[in-house]
Amino acid sequence: MVSSTDKIFNWARKSSIWPVTFGLACCAIEMMATFASRFDVERFGMVPWASPRHADLMIVSGTVTIKMAPMLKRIYEQMPDPKWCISMGSCANSGGPFRHGYHVVKGVDRVVPVDVYVPGCPPTPESLMFGILKLQEKVAEFQKTGKRSAPGLLTPDPA
Amino acid sequence: MTATVALETTLARIRESFGVEPAGEDPKRPLDIMHLVVSVPAERWVEFARFARDALGCLYFCHLTAVDWKAEGFEVVCRVGNLETGLGLTMKTRIGPTAACPSLTGLYRGALWMERECYDLFGIRFEGHPELRRILLPQDWEGHPLRKDYAVDTPHPPYR
Repeated sequence: MVSSTDKIFNWARKSSIWPVTFGLACCAIEMMATFASRFDVERFGMVPWASPRHADLMIVSGTVTIKMAPMLKRIYEQMPDPKWCISMGSCANSGGPFRHGYHVVKGVDRVVPVDVYVPGCPPTPESLMFGILKLQEKVAEFQKTGKRSAPGLLTPDPA
Repeated sequence: MTATVALETTLARIRESFGVEPAGEDPKRPLDIMHLVVSVPAERWVEFARFARDALGCLYFCHLTAVDWKAEGFEVVCRVGNLETGLGLTMKTRIGPTAACPSLTGLYRGALWMERECYDLFGIRFEGHPELRRILLPQDWEGHPLRKDYAVDTPHPPYR
């Protein structure tokens, strides 16, 4: 069996994604449900981790206010590289129903780089798990140059 | 029956002490002990609140907010309640565009945060408040978002 070390490392990375638990609003309830027994993300090797120091994925689940943005950025910066970010739900994707408010960041990608956007208000646990699986596909293609995925990898599957 | 008596005595006391006529929240319905609305001038604001607390027994400070009437200035709205008799009293006072109002913090501890919130979102300065600073928004926020003339796309400092 011949393989590159990158492939082995990436296989290890994608099979043990530890998400930092960063729930902000109602989406956090769906995220907790995803982490709990019925949907059970531990079969992906995921351990919801309450510290950024050992985590390599930040699931931003919920409304990011302008007041919260600096703390979110700080937590993201405390995560060791290589790190990924999933934006979960309409609020984190674009501001969602509060886009025209005065206090909500219009998309968390204005604060930290986002790898996978999970649409929904709130996304069901199945949606979040689909996003996690999509992220695993990206992680499998990770290179030290920072390249994250093969071209066309994340296009929707043909029906 | 007792509720009717309590309502009548309450109305009479408000009339004789302040000379204002309490209204209901809905003009189409008869007055209700749980929904009395009294408008007082700003200079009698604290005096009326003390009367409500001591004479009417309204020890419970429910909430305090404001209304922006644009050119006519602001109106501070506050509701206090007597939990034993079920009396609910909404106090209102019109203040000019200067947006300064006497503070109720000397009477109600509950007014501390609510007046800070009102200052934060409406920019109403409560005179006599011991610590009038923002409570919801960041301290360096510019403007007061619930004012009618606040533009939603008001720029804010970039995310640090």
